[in-house]
Amino acid sequence: MSGKRFPLLLAAALSLAATSAWADEAKTLLNVSYDPTRELYQEFNAAFAKDWQTKTGQPVKVNQSHGGSGKQARAVIDGLEADVVTLALAYDIDAIAEKAKTINADWQNRLAYNSAPYTSTIVFLVRKGNPKGIKDWDDLTKPGVQVITPNPKTSGGARWNHLAAWGYALNKWNNDPAKAEDFLTAIYKNVPVLDSGARGALTTFAQRGIGDVFLSWENEAILANREFGDGFETVVPSLSILAEPPVAVVDKVVDRHGTRAQAEAYVKFLYSSQGQEIAARNHYRPRDPEVAKKYATDFPSVRLFTINDVFGGWQKAQKEHFADGGIFDRIIAKK
Amino acid sequence: MMARPPNLRVIPGFDTTLGLTLALLSLVVLLPLAALVLKAAGLGVAQWLAIVTDPRVLASFRLSFGGAAIAAGLNGIFGLLVAWVLVRYRFPGRKLVDAFIDLPFALPTAVAGIALTALYAPNGWVGQFLPFKVAFTPLGAMLAMVFIGIPFVVRTVEPVLQDLESELEEAAACLGASRAQTFARVILPVIAPALLTGISLAFARAVGEYGSVIFIAGNMPGVSEIAPLLIVTKLEQFDYVGATAIATLMLGLSFALLLAINLLQKWNRQRMGAAS
Amino acid sequence: MSNHPAIRDPAWVRVALIAAALAFLGLFLVLPLAAVLAEALRKGLDSYARALAAPDTLAAIRLTLLVAAIAVPVNVVFGLSASWAIAKFDFRGKALLVSFIDLPFSVSPVISGLIYVLLFGAQGVLGPWLAEHDVKIVFAIPGIVLATIFVTFPFVARELIPLMEEQGRDEEEAALTLGAGGLRTLWSVTLPNVKWGLLYGVLLCNARAMGEFGAVSVVSGHIRGLTNTMPLHVEILYNEYDFVGAFAVASLLALLALVTLGAKSALEWVHRDQLAATRRH
Repeated sequence: MSGKRFPLLLAAALSLAATSAWADEAKTLLNVSYDPTRELYQEFNAAFAKDWQTKTGQPVKVNQSHGGSGKQARAVIDGLEADVVTLALAYDIDAIAEKAKTINADWQNRLAYNSAPYTSTIVFLVRKGNPKGIKDWDDLTKPGVQVITPNPKTSGGARWNHLAAWGYALNKWNNDPAKAEDFLTAIYKNVPVLDSGARGALTTFAQRGIGDVFLSWENEAILANREFGDGFETVVPSLSILAEPPVAVVDKVVDRHGTRAQAEAYVKFLYSSQGQEIAARNHYRPRDPEVAKKYATDFPSVRLFTINDVFGGWQKAQKEHFADGGIFDRIIAKK
Repeated sequence: MMARPPNLRVIPGFDTTLGLTLALLSLVVLLPLAALVLKAAGLGVAQWLAIVTDPRVLASFRLSFGGAAIAAGLNGIFGLLVAWVLVRYRFPGRKLVDAFIDLPFALPTAVAGIALTALYAPNGWVGQFLPFKVAFTPLGAMLAMVFIGIPFVVRTVEPVLQDLESELEEAAACLGASRAQTFARVILPVIAPALLTGISLAFARAVGEYGSVIFIAGNMPGVSEIAPLLIVTKLEQFDYVGATAIATLMLGLSFALLLAINLLQKWNRQRMGAAS
Repeated sequence: MSNHPAIRDPAWVRVALIAAALAFLGLFLVLPLAAVLAEALRKGLDSYARALAAPDTLAAIRLTLLVAAIAVPVNVVFGLSASWAIAKFDFRGKALLVSFIDLPFSVSPVISGLIYVLLFGAQGVLGPWLAEHDVKIVFAIPGIVLATIFVTFPFVARELIPLMEEQGRDEEEAALTLGAGGLRTLWSVTLPNVKWGLLYGVLLCNARAMGEFGAVSVVSGHIRGLTNTMPLHVEILYNEYDFVGAFAVASLLALLALVTLGAKSALEWVHRDQLAATRRH
């Protein structure tokens, strides 16, 4: 390497760095999603591209990004150019609308069912034969039962877990929040590890052999049974929460990319019977009554409450339960 | 060394190289760090103090700094041992072992964390034989911190040991010093600065470590939660200011440590220079 | 070396120390690597090869090579100029400057990613201006390159500074007095003296550039096939329960590092006489 070449090399390196933002090919959508939807969108994106091509004659490619729901929302706020976001909870999309103002504030009313085209719920994954005899939420508070759930501060799924338990406790003790707090304190006392995300927590439970029961998205529990052999079984509690993972088009981005038509068609396609079938096949509960009937045997009937009914929406739930100094922090301090 | 008035420079390129150095340093390191400090400056002192003295934050600092101190200490002992063995002894596979030392630099920290967790989990290759829990306890965090810090001590001590004049040791031996005395009185003082540098670099690296620790630590607030995880936790709640408050404190402490070492080294060089 | 009887350790000391060192390295270095390899090869060589040939994996490998190809030369330029300025001249604030160069070693990867987001992100200091001019830095390749340069920043400089300091200024001064130009002196006097340190610094810098996870994770955006480097791709595959794929990519990174370091050892051995000469100069 000669001394004379250094400035040249530097110039080359810098210019390469400046121009290497990827080229914008034909029409490309970026769907920024949370962790457990990988399999769902892999199948769905292919189906959508095919559908769009037959309908319009134009090719479309969908790129995927996955990660913890909060982390993904933050990336979008900080400039990750998502055309579509499909996250674990409405609070994260609200945050994008509020902080980056790239999504219109009325996003949740733009699509049917609060913009959540598929739903899920929280169930228990236990070890084969259910050696600890776990039947319902009460069993999670028993001494000697180890419960695996991720950290609700960093995992959207864990927030659904927490709120599901809270809803059960309120229902059991006549809406007494003090009793509910004691109940959750007892559950968290049994939690030996707080992973940062749902997938990491499942690995801890399945691969590392830690814990007796894993609080899980229903779709993840079914997937776990398939991925990790038959060492597990699912237990459905008597009451759980209706988890509604919402979707939204990122207005400012699609307008700049000129992809609004594709992006809107993309989220609408989630509601089509084909989209609903794909969701059902990937273990998300479909909204479409016809498709729901067809896959009824896959989804045991559970008594479900919604976040709006019990908590008055995500904003309020987030503030009361997961903000700094909120209920979760109080519970952890008590442990 | 001959004292030289600074204005009589024979060697050219001072302006160019220092200019280039400062330019790149500013662009890559200083400017982005300034953005961090700027963000945290949005907080008043009282608010900043309130955030960093929260019991959970304090507990995480205790683990990050305490764990890193223990890990760096272990690395100091074993790093010196490994460097000694690699420089002084000949045994089959020595070159291979030498090449292995830098592995923690190359292996992505997440992979290291996953591999260590798999090994030291209660059902892992090693964990199943241990009478106590390692993975998912603060001990696990320290294990990961030891792993990522291994190269620092070995690589700083190795060259100094190589350059050590054997005459000194021979002289000590001739004067009747035992091997242990020679080590403590002759060898250790010479390698001490390098050893200290290595230990402090390993310490500084372990304090900030995130990728490998989160897999193995268990992340229980107040028990096995490290400071960088708290930064991430704050970010997940879109609390940028709170995150930068913790980040600036970590940054300030790391920088103070590095500055102290470099001043110590400079002083040591001057002392040695004056002595010779 | 240590073949002089007066300073030779007794055999039992030697054996005990070697055993202790190897046990430590075995427990902390070799076993984790073995675990990675065992997972990668769990389903046989076929699966291993298939995992590495997947299009997204190849894209990640390409991106990682590109990032290293930019970050390493930048750090070589920086390392040479910083070590020249610091080792060949006296000026005030040297310890401060060296501490700033060291700083990326000790900054948490979480923070190293965050600072670029705070500076270049949409809500950051320069964000609005960048958006106006349609320049993408974070969540695109420039951000990944910057974060990588940041974490590998001290490697070459740190390797060269002590070496150049130790070698002093006499040789350069002699060359210059004899009429050689500055660059000529750098090329034919200084570089030959420090080439082993430089090579080692480059290798470490390269290994770390390819292996960085935390900082890059913050600025990447994790777009499959586009902004995923190898370490990020490992995490993605792991989270998809594709353990063979994840550990196959991880083992590739580890092997890459071992091969380059092995090559360095071999080179050193071939040139050992020359090396001994420069060390003793």
